[in-house]
Amino acid sequence: MTGADILIRCLQDERIELIFGYPGGAALHIYDALYRQDKIKHILVRHEQGAAHAADGYARSTGKPGVVLVTSGPGVTNTVTGIATAYMDSIPMVIITAQVSSNLIGDDAFQEVDTVGITRPCVKHNFLVKEVGELALAMKKAFYIATSGRPGPVVVDVPKDVTNQSAAYHYPQRINMRSYQPSRKGHRKQMARGVELLLKAERPMIYTGGGAVLGEAQKPLRELVELLGFPCTSTLMGLGAIAASDRHFLGMLGMHGTYESNMAMHECDVMLVVGARFDDRVTGELEKFSPNARIVQIDIDPSSIGKNVAVEIPIVGNCNEVLAQMASMVAARCDEIQRTAVAQWWQQIERWKALKSLDYASSDEVIKPQYVVQKMMEVTAGEAFVTSDVGQHQMWAAQYYGFEQPRRWINSGGLGTMGFGLPAAIGVQLAHPQATVACITGDASIIMCIQELSTCKQYDLPLKIISLNNRYMGMVRQWQEFFYDRRYSHSYMDALPDFIALAESFGHVGMRVEQPGEVDKVLREAFAIKDRLVFVDVITDPTENVYPMIAAGKGHHEMHLNPGQGDDAERELA
Amino acid sequence: MKRTIISLLLENESGALSRVAGLFSARGYNIESLTVAPTDDDSLSRMTIVTDGSDSIIEQITKQLNKLIEVVKLIDLTEGEHIARELMLVKVVAANNDQREEVKRLNDIFRGRIIDVTDSTYTLEMTGTSAKVEAFMDTLAKIEIVEVVRSGISGIGRGKRALKI
Ligand SMILES: Cc1ncc(C[n+]2csc(CCOP(=O)(O)OP(=O)(O)O)c2C)c(N)n1
Repeated sequence: MTGADILIRCLQDERIELIFGYPGGAALHIYDALYRQDKIKHILVRHEQGAAHAADGYARSTGKPGVVLVTSGPGVTNTVTGIATAYMDSIPMVIITAQVSSNLIGDDAFQEVDTVGITRPCVKHNFLVKEVGELALAMKKAFYIATSGRPGPVVVDVPKDVTNQSAAYHYPQRINMRSYQPSRKGHRKQMARGVELLLKAERPMIYTGGGAVLGEAQKPLRELVELLGFPCTSTLMGLGAIAASDRHFLGMLGMHGTYESNMAMHECDVMLVVGARFDDRVTGELEKFSPNARIVQIDIDPSSIGKNVAVEIPIVGNCNEVLAQMASMVAARCDEIQRTAVAQWWQQIERWKALKSLDYASSDEVIKPQYVVQKMMEVTAGEAFVTSDVGQHQMWAAQYYGFEQPRRWINSGGLGTMGFGLPAAIGVQLAHPQATVACITGDASIIMCIQELSTCKQYDLPLKIISLNNRYMGMVRQWQEFFYDRRYSHSYMDALPDFIALAESFGHVGMRVEQPGEVDKVLREAFAIKDRLVFVDVITDPTENVYPMIAAGKGHHEMHLNPGQGDDAERELA
Repeated sequence: MKRTIISLLLENESGALSRVAGLFSARGYNIESLTVAPTDDDSLSRMTIVTDGSDSIIEQITKQLNKLIEVVKLIDLTEGEHIARELMLVKVVAANNDQREEVKRLNDIFRGRIIDVTDSTYTLEMTGTSAKVEAFMDTLAKIEIVEVVRSGISGIGRGKRALKI
């Protein structure tokens, strides 16, 4: 078999059904091998960044690895943003990059870049396959590394001549690498110590992150929360692991988290951290972060533990397995939970909740973006897969669309990549052909990967794109308003296209809504169209800001709340 | 801040070294010296890294190194009894009798070896702890050093303490 055929066979043996890619010179043997088979479906994107984000959306929404195939040189450099996006959020992907022929490597050959060098800092691992005999093993390792431990993208760089040489095909069933042995099971003693601390807690808080989603921890997590009766919060990446409607859930935490979540984080005495990494957008000023908490942290990656914040009880392992064991330990000792103290703690939390930090001033004249998201949730019965781009709309989506299930909220949290939303939605829709898939985006972000509307047409993907069009890079404008005396430097989106005409030119349906009274009707119309992509251009209030907000250098207890809402002095700077 | 010597075994594969070096630069950790060469098992390289940082930084460095796929095993040598040695080659001006006498005298005191002689230079070899190597270098400076080559530190645990797979 030739290297190209071997590559495709490896994908088949990994039970890969879909790959996302874009051809070019160095990849031609591989594309020829693709042509000569019919098990793997290839989705042709319009830009390699789109391929990476689409594979990423596929992976996030299914838990299966996303696969990308691109050509050398510019094909690779176009993919890098997508690889880095996946890396920052620990998404399992295998990216096959074609390379110039071995004898040309290092010669500054046509379309040569040092792929292994360029991608090294933003992959979990990468390989340059120098001989066809090593190809199958490299592929096996790539899938194993990408999907085990803390997941992440793995690049396999394959020179053109290698794809043309022949070797016998052997795909190893299992693999054991002496240098890579991620641990799954938590240390028993540590788990017992963790449980001990939880049972002593009087003002407990559970803080979950993307690891709870990636680690499929929802079941034991929900069990444990129910048993303990403790309040919980989630990062942007963890939404859905606990149902938004769960009575224990206080909403998201961090820079744009709810008042009750951040205050409870600040005041808690015991914190259980599940698959979260104390990102700066979550902790605010580290010096002021949760001054009294004794912390139990569960993470599959030892380097995530104690990186920014000192942790008393580290537990290295898969969140699902660790939480299941801890839940059964707790179940045997439920009578030891500090029920009275915790009930008092809940009373305090209720007082914080009473501030209704997510309330906003509604309007009959301009469309409030928060209202659009709320309506969208209503129209989709809260069951849609929602992707987003980056900016204010992303925060409003996270705040106002209540995610009941994990893997429904698909966004670039770590890297914050504008342009992610539309291609990611392509991957999600292909993975879930019957599901409602919506992309909440902004007028600036959507243009970054707008070319993928063409991919949507080719594969008949009935996405619903809800663009919260405020004619600004809203998030940038918000920071300029707050911190730069309203000097709106280059954040106004001049010369926006007519989005309806744009959508139509790609063969899709375009709708516009400008009046608050029409939002409901137009959204219902849009979501009622099941077989076509609908682009809804929603003209929103350009002055609206995302609240609550913790400014740089501030602690969780120093939040700005929405000034348009009520006049309670405490709200101003609570 | 604590000076730390980390010893590690890594797969003897191309690219492994740049992964380690890249990690240090990407995360802003210091490298004082780094040495690497194959071992008796030619599938493995052994690397000695000298770095410094607070306890929490050193902890992160070891965790991040361990996370690299090619790192097989790692120890912090400075956590226990260990030996650290460095090789220095130094070429000094030795053009007249006085200079030759003085270089030879200093070399004997420090138990170095003269490994190359020309009519204008002596080249000396010396092995020892970094402190000894540095003291030797300082002493020679007053004569006139032409060039200095230091290997960086190689370290090993004392007694039964071993980094093996
Ligand atoms: C690729 C990229 N470039 C720049 C940024 C910085 N950035 C963050 S939010 C934002 C504005 C986004 O504007 P828009 O998509 O209209 O969303 P809005 O904030 O108005 O909802 C920018 C430029 C980014 N996150 N990603």
